Amino acid sequence: MREILRVTGLEVELGKRRGLFRHKPGVRAVDGVDLVVHEGGILGIVGESGCGKTTLARTVLGLQCESEGKIEFSGHVVSGVPAHQARRMRRAIQYVHQDPGAALDPWWRLGTSLAEGLSIHGVTDRAEQKARIAEIMQAVGLDMAMTERYPHELSGGQQRRMGLARILLLRPKIVILDEPTAGLDLSVQASVLRLLYDLRDRFGLTYIFISHDLSVVRRVCDRIAVMYLGKIVEEGNAGDIFAAPRHPYTRALIAAAPHLDGVQTGPMLRGDPPSLRNVPSGCRFHPRCPVAQPRCTTEEPAFDSISEKQKVACNYWQDGISANQKPEGQAYATL
Amino acid sequence: MTSPLLSIQDLSVHIRGDAGVARILDGITLSVPPGVTMGVVGESGCGKSTLLRAVLGILPRNASIPHGKLEFKGKDLIQVNWSAARGRIGFVPQDPYLSLNPVFRAGDQIREIMRKHAQGTRKDHARTLIDLFRAVQLPDPVGALAKYPHQFSGGQRQRLLIAAALACAPDLLVADEPTTALDVTTQREILALMRNLVSDKGLSLLFVTHDFGVLAALCDRVTVLYAGRVVESGLTSDVLRHPQHPYTRLLLACHPDRAVNLLGIPGTVPAATQQPEGCRFHPRCPIARAACSKEVPPLTPLGSSHLVACPWYPDALPEQALA
Repeated sequence: MREILRVTGLEVELGKRRGLFRHKPGVRAVDGVDLVVHEGGILGIVGESGCGKTTLARTVLGLQCESEGKIEFSGHVVSGVPAHQARRMRRAIQYVHQDPGAALDPWWRLGTSLAEGLSIHGVTDRAEQKARIAEIMQAVGLDMAMTERYPHELSGGQQRRMGLARILLLRPKIVILDEPTAGLDLSVQASVLRLLYDLRDRFGLTYIFISHDLSVVRRVCDRIAVMYLGKIVEEGNAGDIFAAPRHPYTRALIAAAPHLDGVQTGPMLRGDPPSLRNVPSGCRFHPRCPVAQPRCTTEEPAFDSISEKQKVACNYWQDGISANQKPEGQAYATL
Repeated sequence: MTSPLLSIQDLSVHIRGDAGVARILDGITLSVPPGVTMGVVGESGCGKSTLLRAVLGILPRNASIPHGKLEFKGKDLIQVNWSAARGRIGFVPQDPYLSLNPVFRAGDQIREIMRKHAQGTRKDHARTLIDLFRAVQLPDPVGALAKYPHQFSGGQRQRLLIAAALACAPDLLVADEPTTALDVTTQREILALMRNLVSDKGLSLLFVTHDFGVLAALCDRVTVLYAGRVVESGLTSDVLRHPQHPYTRLLLACHPDRAVNLLGIPGTVPAATQQPEGCRFHPRCPIARAACSKEVPPLTPLGSSHLVACPWYPDALPEQALA
């Protein structure tokens, strides 16, 4: 598969102030991220809240300026330029909000909201706007009559479809989906996921799928990047990572995901991730790591390739494999 | 089996609104014996939250209970009033970020509950409070008393709310999806905590969720609701491994862990004011027959504790319908 997006050494600093009298240090929400996205693929980004998933997405989109690093899109370097230019160069990368209903103006008919995007992107001819809206509405499985309605009349699943319709009108290459199934019922979630597959095949899309629902990620994504405190700690094929997670954090994350069989095994992760203002020394996961060694407190592990397709940032990824497989949870509670 | 702690029989709740009378709950029967964790599962609009509100006695004003019994420790709360259960039912809300008052210290908020509903002196309360904070494994229990809600993380706030629910030493804990706002790692800790607290203190738990994974991790028994009616109930292991009702089967087939071919369930949950006659699932059911639109299927026992509200359950749902 052809490479469509490459991110190298990306760093993003948030909240930094450099005034005449007041200096305020920022926090590194993204701290040295390397990522490659292949055309037509679905890359899942998982991690706890506050790990930098959304900041990474906003930076790739050009809504947030990077402080260091390079972003290449379809072979062209699109980083290191002023904000307005960055966004223009990356107009083929689009974003669906976590709550697409809230992104619609409650006073506007849905058709008006759809046409607005087209106008901004230079399609001002009414007839063409209408033709394109009709095509996309049909593609996302909504009735054209829906364009006369108002946002509050939509159900949760319809809101997701609307969010997708809005950005598909702009003919994107890469779509970043932020928690696309959060808050949906199981049956609606299934049909939204089905729709995502159909749209990818029909429009040749590439997805970056940000989610904390590991069941969904496992089902949908072909590659996965696991983030912890602004860094990617493990990356690889979804099948490989779920079958044999190498980083202790990935293992804990997968173990924590509730499973239909009710069996929870593997180490339980204690406490909350530390604040970005106070990143631990060495490996930033060591205070919560069940297999941490003295070396981990001082030495930051390299992001190493352990096979052709899998990379992991852990000093002891080989040791922890068997040590961590102790079953701890219970099967079904019995009466 | 001992007599149930909470026993709901043929409970109906109607809510009057602009669009007419909505039959939100229609003939719900379920019971929670002492020490049992009961999960109530269903999609949005199936009446999960209304059921919880009925148990807690906090139904909205335009709600009415046309018939049914809601017995807690042998007393029908609808007849004698909910004050009979005062302090005996603890409630863990859904959103830890919205459920604490931001301008009061954590200790004061919970102390207020105890002053209103629990027995004992202020000194007793102070002692119980520290014990509670220890029991829910808050770091630095003494220091936590004087902290404000914003100084806690989401998982810690949920621990605070669990402590608040336990403040009056209740017999029954009622929880409304307490982990949806949390990360999976925190969710796992909170579920483990609830499981331990419930078994240590011998509590019963009525747990409402839409997440089958959470259900499997926590609950002994499960009741599946669809459009205000019980469609299936039984041991969690039976229902999740061998679902019988077409709705339960289709819904479980949508779960990403199981789904072969993500299809969803055709159609949508009917509006509460326009419930179909007969079996409420029949317009969406792949094996519906003529009789389904006329008669309400009764909950029929299948094995020792498995109940199914579908007369056609022995006919296996054709595999195509699930594929």
